[in-house]
Amino acid sequence: MSRWEVVIGLEIHTQLATNSKIFSGSSTAYGAEPNAQASLVDLGYPGVLPVLNVEVVRMAAMFGLAVNATVAKRSIFARKNYFYPDLPKGYQISQYELPIVVGGELFIRDDAGDEKRIRITRAHLEEDAGKSVHDEFEGSTGVDLNRAGTPLLEIVSEPDLRSAKEAVAYMRKIHSIVRYLEISDGNMQEGSFRCDANVSVRQVGQVELGTRAEVKNLNSFRFVEKAINFEIARQIDVIEDGGVVVQETRLYDSDKDETRSMRSKEEANDYRYFPDPDLLPVEIEDSFVEEVRRSLPELPHVKCARFIAEYALKEADAEILTVSRALADFYEEVAKTTAGDSRIAANWIIGDLSALLNRDNIDIQDSPITPIALAGLLDRITDDTISGKIAKEVFDGMSTGEGSADEIIAAKGLQQITDVSALDAIVAAIIDANPAQVADYRAGKEKLLGFFVGQVMKETGGKANPGQVNQLIKQKLS
Amino acid sequence: MTASKASDALHLQTLTELARGLAGGEFSSRELTESLLERIDAHQKSLNAFITLTADEALAEADLADKNRATGAGGPLQGLPIVHKDLFCTAGVRTTCGSKILQDFVSPYDATVVARLKSAGAIMLGKTNMDEFAMGSSNETSFFGAVTNPWDQKMSPGGSSGGSAAAVAARLVPAATGTDTGGSIRQPAALTGTVGLKPTYGRVSRFGMVAFASSLDQAGVITRSAEDAALLLNAMAGVDPRDSTSADQPIPDYTATLSDSVKGLRIGVVRQHFDEGLDDECGKTVKTALAALEDAGASLVDVDLPNIGLSVPTYYVVAPAECSSNLSRFDGVRFGHRADNVKDLFDLYCRSRGEGFGAEVKRRIMTGTYVLSAGYYDAYYLKAQKVRQLISRDFNQAFEKVDVIAGPTAPTTAFRLGEKTDDPITMYLNDIYTIGANLAGLPGISVPCGLVKKMPVGLQLVGPAFAEASLLSCAHQYQQITDWHRQAPEAFR
Repeated sequence: MSRWEVVIGLEIHTQLATNSKIFSGSSTAYGAEPNAQASLVDLGYPGVLPVLNVEVVRMAAMFGLAVNATVAKRSIFARKNYFYPDLPKGYQISQYELPIVVGGELFIRDDAGDEKRIRITRAHLEEDAGKSVHDEFEGSTGVDLNRAGTPLLEIVSEPDLRSAKEAVAYMRKIHSIVRYLEISDGNMQEGSFRCDANVSVRQVGQVELGTRAEVKNLNSFRFVEKAINFEIARQIDVIEDGGVVVQETRLYDSDKDETRSMRSKEEANDYRYFPDPDLLPVEIEDSFVEEVRRSLPELPHVKCARFIAEYALKEADAEILTVSRALADFYEEVAKTTAGDSRIAANWIIGDLSALLNRDNIDIQDSPITPIALAGLLDRITDDTISGKIAKEVFDGMSTGEGSADEIIAAKGLQQITDVSALDAIVAAIIDANPAQVADYRAGKEKLLGFFVGQVMKETGGKANPGQVNQLIKQKLS
Repeated sequence: MTASKASDALHLQTLTELARGLAGGEFSSRELTESLLERIDAHQKSLNAFITLTADEALAEADLADKNRATGAGGPLQGLPIVHKDLFCTAGVRTTCGSKILQDFVSPYDATVVARLKSAGAIMLGKTNMDEFAMGSSNETSFFGAVTNPWDQKMSPGGSSGGSAAAVAARLVPAATGTDTGGSIRQPAALTGTVGLKPTYGRVSRFGMVAFASSLDQAGVITRSAEDAALLLNAMAGVDPRDSTSADQPIPDYTATLSDSVKGLRIGVVRQHFDEGLDDECGKTVKTALAALEDAGASLVDVDLPNIGLSVPTYYVVAPAECSSNLSRFDGVRFGHRADNVKDLFDLYCRSRGEGFGAEVKRRIMTGTYVLSAGYYDAYYLKAQKVRQLISRDFNQAFEKVDVIAGPTAPTTAFRLGEKTDDPITMYLNDIYTIGANLAGLPGISVPCGLVKKMPVGLQLVGPAFAEASLLSCAHQYQQITDWHRQAPEAFR
């Protein structure tokens, strides 16, 4: 066992799914022409003032309640001062001393598979900066301020995470929650969900924390895991070589799979935070919090527990099915519609359907097979019209638009042969044709049963009921 | 000395008198505008009260106003000429803030104050000179040069709204907008013998007013009478959805209560405002004014503002802190002055700002940056905020006993240009009586109350939040029994 313990805390930036920006009326839609969505407020023009988009307050409150945190009665916007071309005002409006969400928690599985509580320190509202474009202009830098003023909720965890895997598990949970709440689209390619990781190592048993490095701008679950693992190995190497880890900000380069120093603690900005005098404190009434609480959807962990109880699912399956609200809704509609076993419904969705969607890169909402259609297929398995094996063939047909399960079964004549006399004749023929195997079987080589069944299935084009065939062969050979 | 009357030349009439004259068809907006533009033209060189003139636009608007008047259309300020301090953004007309860094800056939009006065019918003749970014008490920090005081052109008109004050005092225009962060309307009004009104923080929108210190800045007016200030405040006041700190409070008709008597009005006389530092002659003049109000039926009550002595140092922590952040947007990237041939980004910032800002602005940015720095924040910024609350509490306690507080606006009459430029602390102390109202967010007005060695003295009245109506009626009543506001500087009659 390693003598090193890893300590990780995450700062997750999630873009809130408002139509307009946090302090101006500009659209937040992604992908517009540069600076087409930058108003005078976003450009930091002389004389303009920020006005809070109250929708972000409701969204932050939803998140707070979802992670069992306190929604602060009073929170304050502050200015974080630094110069950068994509920061038009020379300061970012953020929350500092008094954030809107304080002290939450959520539960993940640790590396041993046990449930583990991760504390959430706080979540605060802030505006995003713009984007500097360095590669498109010879000798100069372009600035696109479409993103400037986009609302973000920064979610800060306590340093409770002990491995890159745990960090990813935590990040996935947060991702799932914000999407359940529909307060963020969670789109990582577009930067709507990204994180910074504070990583340090210490000797097992040591109480005080090691010196941390902050790894910036991790925008996929894979990169989070790789960057943290790189950083852990780097820090252990430094210490084992007799060096000391310095407090610094590092940037993850996904092409080279390494982290690089951006700036040391000494070079760090003094942000000179102070309350923004242009904005009033955000005062939240209890009645507002209660109203938000009533509006909360069923959360992933609650839904997961209910699926286990209501549909007799394995915990692992229930967790997979409740990762996204759309997937859970899909499952539940199938489970409620089908006359068959809800666990088999889970298997089909987690297995064949997910594989199909992944292969074609389709969201569950756009699945070519609707929940009702899938339930129709499962019903034909349940009533023995087709075997599980034939069902896969029907499923493939459904996925390419050949029709409903019933239509495909009828059109291709895939119905199981359940007529005993017809099967009887086939079984008798197979036994007659394979005297050597019959002799071996009777001498005690019972494994040969499978051989006979296989022959019968081959003969019937898979349309025989395997259970029935089994029984018939046993009868005849006994 | 001669007092003007409604029958006087147009330039000597107040806004209210001009409004009556226009309504009665005695003259047209074009005639009025032309005559004032001529006066401005004649005196601009020696006064330097303007940074930009908009004569052509003004005449076009005057013609439109005359046409509207003929059909009965238009607002309460229809066809009346005013000027704006060059800190208010005006669409299509440059807004310099008295700074090189915005020398060529043209705003694409109108400040709320500008838009409201425009929609009430007022005509803008130009933009007035000011201390750079409103940082100064003498108008000498302007990149466009100092403004001179019409009463004695070797003297400063005060600041930062010095151009507005000088223009109104010299009878170039009947009224001007100004901004007041620590006394920038009231002090120049006092030094030029004009009326300066700083409303309650939040009474008038700050949208489009280039920010100096956001928690202290407030737009107001410089006029020749309290009545005119009431007329303008009617058009300017009110909540603005684009300024979260603007107050959603009822807007009374400020002209309707002007004739309210001062009988029974309790006027608090601040002991600390007559301490050492106040010029003896100025002190006597202010006391004479208070006695006149007492004669008219008001009662004088001594009040204490125990922490008011801390207002200047408190202000010079809070205001620079906010300004250091507010002025960060002037970085040479999107608008304003940008240095030539920059080596890299750091060079772009340093040289654009280094070349664009003047010495006083730099001093305040550095002071502000310092007081917000890690390790100093608690000792300076946080402590100043606490003292600010104490000062505010002192005022509230005083207002349990009195209706308004009265005293001198400034410790002396106008000082010589150049006299204090090398000594910022002495310059800062010129705002010692005005800063308290900004720290506490209260309304204040300065009215002319006498002359000392031929230079004007101002009487300051400060009221509880949103008590502009009582300040204006008290000031108006005072102007009914005195004629100091009718007196024009000799060279500008």
